[in-house]
Amino acid sequence: MPKIKIDGVEMEVPAGITILQACELAGLEIPRFCYHERLSIAGNCRMCLVEVKPGPPKPQASCALPVADKQEIFTTTPMVQKARKGVMEFLLINHPLDCPICDQGGECDLQDQAMGYGFDRSRFHENKRAVPDKELGPLVKTSMNRCIHCTRCIRFATEVAGVEELGATGRGESMEVTTYVEHALSTELSGNLVDLCPVGALTSKPYAFEARSWELTKTESIDVLDALGSNIRIDTRGAQVMRVLPRMDDDINEEWISDKTRHAIDGLRYQRLDRPYVRKAGKLVEASWDEAFGTIAEKLGKLEGGKIAAIAGDQCDAESMVALKDLMAALGSPSVDCRQDGAKLDGPRGSYIFNPGIRGIDQADAILLVGTNPRLEAPVLNARIRKRYLHGGRTAIGSIGPVADLTYPVERLGAGPATLAELVEGKLGFFEKLKAAKNPLIIVGMGALAREDGAAVLALARDLADKLGAVRDDWNGFAVLHTAAARVGGLDLGLVPGPGGRDVEGILAGCEKGEIAAVYLLAADEIDAKRLGKAFVIYQGHHGDAGAHRADVILPGAAYTEKPGTYVNTEGRVQLAFRAAYPPGDAREDWAILRALSERLGKTLPYDTLDQVRSRLVAVNRTFAAIDQQAAGHWGSFGTPGKPSDQQFVSPIRNFYMTCPISRSSRTMAECTASRAQLMAAE
Amino acid sequence: MASLDRTARSFLLSELVGGFLLTLKYMFKPKVTVNYPYEKGPLSPRFRGEHALRRYPNGEERCIACKLCEAICPAQAITIEAEPRDDGSRRTTRYDIDMTKCIYCGFCQEACPVDAIVEGPNFEFSTETREELMYNKDKLLANGDRWEPMLAANLHADAPYR
Repeated sequence: MPKIKIDGVEMEVPAGITILQACELAGLEIPRFCYHERLSIAGNCRMCLVEVKPGPPKPQASCALPVADKQEIFTTTPMVQKARKGVMEFLLINHPLDCPICDQGGECDLQDQAMGYGFDRSRFHENKRAVPDKELGPLVKTSMNRCIHCTRCIRFATEVAGVEELGATGRGESMEVTTYVEHALSTELSGNLVDLCPVGALTSKPYAFEARSWELTKTESIDVLDALGSNIRIDTRGAQVMRVLPRMDDDINEEWISDKTRHAIDGLRYQRLDRPYVRKAGKLVEASWDEAFGTIAEKLGKLEGGKIAAIAGDQCDAESMVALKDLMAALGSPSVDCRQDGAKLDGPRGSYIFNPGIRGIDQADAILLVGTNPRLEAPVLNARIRKRYLHGGRTAIGSIGPVADLTYPVERLGAGPATLAELVEGKLGFFEKLKAAKNPLIIVGMGALAREDGAAVLALARDLADKLGAVRDDWNGFAVLHTAAARVGGLDLGLVPGPGGRDVEGILAGCEKGEIAAVYLLAADEIDAKRLGKAFVIYQGHHGDAGAHRADVILPGAAYTEKPGTYVNTEGRVQLAFRAAYPPGDAREDWAILRALSERLGKTLPYDTLDQVRSRLVAVNRTFAAIDQQAAGHWGSFGTPGKPSDQQFVSPIRNFYMTCPISRSSRTMAECTASRAQLMAAE
Repeated sequence: MASLDRTARSFLLSELVGGFLLTLKYMFKPKVTVNYPYEKGPLSPRFRGEHALRRYPNGEERCIACKLCEAICPAQAITIEAEPRDDGSRRTTRYDIDMTKCIYCGFCQEACPVDAIVEGPNFEFSTETREELMYNKDKLLANGDRWEPMLAANLHADAPYR
């Protein structure tokens, strides 16, 4: 460990880090624009200059200079101050002074650092340069006059997003960041460019001019639009969610979020259910809570438990799911299911979570994807796999399932379960690669499990894990990648059919035959509503989507930004989301609706406050007590050995931008869909 | 001796005479009262009266929705909402000032980077209802159009001291 002196204070730092990192360890702030911890080092903004001895008698770029033993570093000397002032003046030569109309104003690195280190006037009296704006698609708005050429966007697109579409042409004053041939960015992570840009050159298009950073109320929460449970910050003004930003969490999303997470929030403004409805003479009419509950009580009171069923949706919080489960138990119904897509998962916890954790990808040295397209199902996780591929010495990655550009080379082994069976028997060459790996990782997607023979495929995948020795005390390489944020929570709570109960397929078949007379849909929209037959349908949710259209009674619930909730992500990590805004109109928190309804049905649930519901969660499953921790999954026997069909695996997600009621209601997501279709057609 | 002096002054009514003399003096001096509202006193170019939103000479509104006035307003009397106009420029869709909250400190005009919001020389805008004092963008722009010559003259007169 080199011993260095920073501003006269002696300290020991890890070998191989840069001077800028060492200064951060010492608690000093070094101004910078181009340096970003998760991107490669460019060293082109020159803002991080410091004085280093021994060395040439001039300031040095600290982001690109490794520490060496007996170095002396000065960050406050007149030389450094003068250098920063000079660099700042150069950067501002061509930067327009349009902060009042710039969306970055108020949260701009250049603004802040110009205040902190700059000079209060300019000596430049010539004309500033003018650069034409570029078109980067429906999410990123450009204002290229403001660009200071830090190249963060170029490095992000190339390294993290894995689309080599951004680059720079020209040099010196004529340098321009561009896509060469004008087209929208073909990445699901483009929103992060906006966060990375230290100035206002790249800003968010849907959020253009809508609000200033200082007007927003910030709430730290959890995303539910994919199963990753990305940590987000929801910015609201009044009752409206204005934007979503990522929050740093090295275990899950590092500091990226997908475009759907970031931009689907305008869907929260449209198609909302804000009051109860009751179907009268074939038409849904507005009703009071009392009337709606009365209709339900009248209907359900006459039915025996076996004729009632409930399906929980993909974005439900654990609180509402446990209330639903308890209500159904009280009504005597064993038919409860949280697996709308019919995934064959109900074994021990180890069989349905992403066992190694998302962080575990960083240790994997051979990865097999089974029936999954992580780029569509969890773009941030896909970026993590790409990072592993780049930093792990070109990690071997194989795929059985859909063909897709995953931004890293994938060895395509086959398309269906037959290939998986061959792999288990060791017939394929890739088996040796997995076998040789210290930490093999098998990622099984819903494309492989949400099908009739899902249980057989699951058994095959389990066999493979056992054969490879992928499940040891120090490493569990069996990973299930979910697409629904509520799924692991639902399975943890046991929202699967009890003895004699029906699963989703059974419920729908029962409805068609008239064996099920009433169905309770808790924000469940991904089922085939036509198959509900003549059943009495109660829909509780926040958007007027498939379920609400078919419903006989609609109970307006709250979306994920509008209620405090507990969610369990695909790796089995319990996380708390917080309320950022209040639900519209008469809508209420979901567990409270179920609690109120249970009283009306004469089966009062034994909890009145959120704390009591949360204690109930812990009583049902201990893992809910460990917030923000990934509890290890129990590994037992699961899956049903059998011969799977010849059907190919297909990814459950066809259109990344529209997968849930919120994203389907979003105008921004509709624009993205159209733009992506255009891009595909052009190719 | 002192008591004798005091007694003499009170018997000779010296205070009364002094008072009448002062009155007499002012009778021959020029009047300071003005016959309001027919006459008005002079106003400084810096006078902070009723607000107005100004336009450029070509008719384009100056306000660019930067929201600095909203941010600095100590009484939180200003409410702004913005979105891109059809031509892509940044404009307000709503610019409200609650004149009953306003404390006429003038921070808004100090914060404005484009001299759009100004406090003009008008101080005679009393109304019969509170509602009339909730100014919206139309009212403020109309004020600007009405007072523009004076607003421009005041800004010009004050410019050398800024």
